Amino acid sequence: MDVAECYQCGKCTAGCPMARWMDLTPNQVMRLVQVGDEAATDELLRCGTIWACAGCLTCTQRCPKELDPAAVMDALREMAYERGSVPANRKRILAFHKAFLAVVEKTGRMQEMPLTALYKLASGDLLGDLSLAPRMLARGKLPLLPKRIRGRREVKRLFAACRRGSGEGRR
Amino acid sequence: MKAIGYYPGCSLHGGGRELDMSLRAVAAVAGVELREVDDWNCCGATAAHALSHDLAVALPYRVLALAETQGMAEVLAPCAACFSRLKGTAVRLARSADLAARMRGITGLEYRGPVAVRNVVEFTNRLLADGLVGKLTSPLGGLKVAAYYGCLLSRGEDIVEGDHENPDGMTAAIRAAGAEPVEWNHATECCGGGFSLSLTEAVVDLSEAILADALAAGADAIVTGCPMCHSNLDMRQLAIQARGRGPYAMPVVYLTELVGLAAGLSPKALGLDRHFIDVLGLAARTHT
Repeated sequence: MDVAECYQCGKCTAGCPMARWMDLTPNQVMRLVQVGDEAATDELLRCGTIWACAGCLTCTQRCPKELDPAAVMDALREMAYERGSVPANRKRILAFHKAFLAVVEKTGRMQEMPLTALYKLASGDLLGDLSLAPRMLARGKLPLLPKRIRGRREVKRLFAACRRGSGEGRR
Repeated sequence: MKAIGYYPGCSLHGGGRELDMSLRAVAAVAGVELREVDDWNCCGATAAHALSHDLAVALPYRVLALAETQGMAEVLAPCAACFSRLKGTAVRLARSADLAARMRGITGLEYRGPVAVRNVVEFTNRLLADGLVGKLTSPLGGLKVAAYYGCLLSRGEDIVEGDHENPDGMTAAIRAAGAEPVEWNHATECCGGGFSLSLTEAVVDLSEAILADALAAGADAIVTGCPMCHSNLDMRQLAIQARGRGPYAMPVVYLTELVGLAAGLSPKALGLDRHFIDVLGLAARTHT
């Protein structure tokens, strides 16, 4: 993908369901990537937009230049994460992703109960949705015993290799 | 088709249980065996591609490698997100030997490919074409439904087949079940996906727009194939109502539940009693 080809038609922004929760619009993100100097990069890695992207692929599906703004958001988010710059009002989103991956790394699968517990501790959102838990339990939607796969070690190694890989990639 | 590899994915063991139950029940009626991929892991969903491009491919890679080793040429991934991650990975691996080599290094596993990945809409259509259609003996009496594809059953170049902006993959199955799809505008709009806990206001707003449009279009129910969409439209309908909006009282059913009802299966066997918004009344109404 050559982001220089973006001609700022704005179609990505027009169709973006999350635009209301973004500070930079998707087409502004594409423009700043084109500019690419230190100030532009700094603005990109501090923005809330890359965290509010839902990955719905509407922008990518509709881009007349066949660019992939959703992949640009992924790449910038990963860089921002490694740099440790997440805007305060989007820290919960990072907390959720981290809790999700922590559970998968430990057990091999996502499990609602430990995921919610970890997320609540990390985000401080202790009381939100508490009333849902008994209703989910009653419907058999909140398994109490976590399932652990046999290949947990394999999954842990895979996580570790990805971490090493990203470190080398940046250096 | 006598059997197919089966990757239920994590949601189908928790919040998305009805999709697993109804899919297994419908496959049994059709006489197709679902062979679960042994020792499968999470596909990484949104979280992996949010933070690590390697992890986003390595987790599905392990699943594909296991399926291949276990002799599966084809795997059904009913959850729309799992389907998108698994098939997206298979497509990228087929195109890039470099990526394949990198993943071999990261996982220590061999995957030669291709393993074909199918979604719940494709699978249902195939069952119907292979003879299930003749077993739908309890038609739903012209029930009006809004076919909701959301993001990952409509978009993704080289992942989802057909028209991305105006998909119609569910139409034939809905009609075969004796229901009628309504014309509406939100068939491919996003429900807010994985932000249910971390940006709840977005999920509430986006899901409400979908419910409101389905209601305005005269739908008795929304039909979906995605456990994330289901959770946002069904469970989060409570939050929407708690905020003084609605009430929509809009049942949200999986495509396989709809087809299962038309096959005469009991609502309980399909998991219809596990929904947050009542759907049993609707099931009873269509069968009297």
